[in-house]
Amino acid sequence: MTHKEKLLYFLWLHRTGLTVLGLSLLLAVYPLFYGNPYTLGLTNLIGIYTIVVLGLNLFIGYAGQISLGHAAFFAVGAYGSALLSVEAELSPWLAMLLAGLGAALLALLVGLPALRLHGHYLAMATLGVNIVVYTVLVQWDALTGGPSGLAGIPPLRLAGIALSDDRQLHYLIWTVALICLLLGLNLVRSGVGRGLAALAADEIAARSLGVDTRTAKVKVFVLSAVLASLAGSLYAHSFGFVSPETFGIFASVDFVTMVVVGGLGSVWGSLFGAALLTWLPEVIDLFETYKEIVHGLILVLVLLFLPRGLVSGLVDLVRLRLARWRSRHA
Amino acid sequence: MLEVTGLCRNFDGLPALSEVSFGVPRGEVTALIGPNGAGKTTMINCISGADRADAGSVHLSGEEVTGLPAWQLARRGLARTFQNLRLFPRLSVLDNVLCGLTVEGGSSLLGALLRPPSLRNRERRLRLRAMAMLDRFQLGELADWPVGVLAYGDRKRVELARALVSEPALLLLDEPVAGLNHDETAAVAAEIRALRAHGYTVLLVEHDMDLVMAVSDRVVVLDGGRCIARGTPAEIRQNPLVLEAYLGRASATA
Repeated sequence: MTHKEKLLYFLWLHRTGLTVLGLSLLLAVYPLFYGNPYTLGLTNLIGIYTIVVLGLNLFIGYAGQISLGHAAFFAVGAYGSALLSVEAELSPWLAMLLAGLGAALLALLVGLPALRLHGHYLAMATLGVNIVVYTVLVQWDALTGGPSGLAGIPPLRLAGIALSDDRQLHYLIWTVALICLLLGLNLVRSGVGRGLAALAADEIAARSLGVDTRTAKVKVFVLSAVLASLAGSLYAHSFGFVSPETFGIFASVDFVTMVVVGGLGSVWGSLFGAALLTWLPEVIDLFETYKEIVHGLILVLVLLFLPRGLVSGLVDLVRLRLARWRSRHA
Repeated sequence: MLEVTGLCRNFDGLPALSEVSFGVPRGEVTALIGPNGAGKTTMINCISGADRADAGSVHLSGEEVTGLPAWQLARRGLARTFQNLRLFPRLSVLDNVLCGLTVEGGSSLLGALLRPPSLRNRERRLRLRAMAMLDRFQLGELADWPVGVLAYGDRKRVELARALVSEPALLLLDEPVAGLNHDETAAVAAEIRALRAHGYTVLLVEHDMDLVMAVSDRVVVLDGGRCIARGTPAEIRQNPLVLEAYLGRASATA
């Protein structure tokens, strides 16, 4: 074993801890170098999307299901938080919690019947939920403000300080996002996570190993809805404004694209996918103008050449090489 | 260990199983045989929870388990292998075998998210058990490999290791030598004998008469959805009904 090989092996062995450490450091110093509101606004949005995409990735990438309606749960969080804190004048933290419970309830109601479906049917059912929620947001003016949305949503407060400036929001959002990523990593390394992976690969085999597949699917669907709602609440309290167009079916499709591009069944892939697809349109004008076409093109290219997504595809390659290397040195 | 009593299953009024009864005694290898269309597959499906019998009962370790879903049967000690292998190809060999320990349940979703120290220790113990099982099947060196890239024989052993890691009360082997050559079949026969020596209770569903005669303590013969004979391999070999069921068909297709 050469020194280089030893080092690479060490890095691989401690990859999770090292990634968390590196990322935390990077995020801690980031606002010192990129302090302007525009870049911070962008990275804050990435943090929020990461939380949605993580939940969706647990559902799509690990449990092997499909949802084209997660923007609906994102909307429940955002509008729930907005209405409860503006109209009912509740504390934003409480509003966030109640909105999350609402999203869990909605996911349970939708999931119990819909998760008996597979593939295209499940995709259509979840898409339907998104369309219903979107229509309610646009049509029920009296409550939701209609197409023009709701403004003046109060920020979250911590120890009496309102978290409203971009720098404060940066630390708030990324702390929450990192905690969610860590919880996600815990989940996928546990017996429950293995049950989900088994379910995604082969439902019959999973059942023969004692996995209650129906309950497992509903549980992870509810979990992903709660994460989307949490992200929605963060969105509302951070930007102070919500309007329906953020929560349409194209948002749902974008989330799925982020999951697929970042990496199916990769917790870190969620972060990567959310970052890449939020950041690219900002740096390349072409993306902004032809966003739908470019997203579609990226999706097709990834599916053709790295069908498990960028991060998962690369991790699979590394794992294979490592397994080969270890059996040579065993 | 397993008691099947008066099991019936009809498909659109056509009986696939009628009044089938047999037992699988503890610590023995019992074979379920029969020509094509005899009802073997329907029987396995009813025993393993993939299908529901119309009448009759199934008892596992003395408890009635009739009509329970597959995942509950698994948690009550029924483990199985599949005719054409049902592994998780992207997961590593070790993770596949660890999946065999999900029958022990354990952590809730919330617990899994928070990963308290108790769960961490439990995970460590599970890994040790899975590694021990891999070593028993000479798979230790392949632990990190994704199952999908392994040779067929290795994958078969992974599936068996996955089924056995939870120390099941009953092991159901569904046509373990389908598609194997003569030497490989002999290796599987040796493995089944080793399982018996370890004290496992096995229900073997198989086409291959030579294998069945070589490894079984008892044989149950199905034909046309009925149980036509039961006994030791020697008795079955001389049973005229069995000879007719097999040879009759063989000469008809020849």
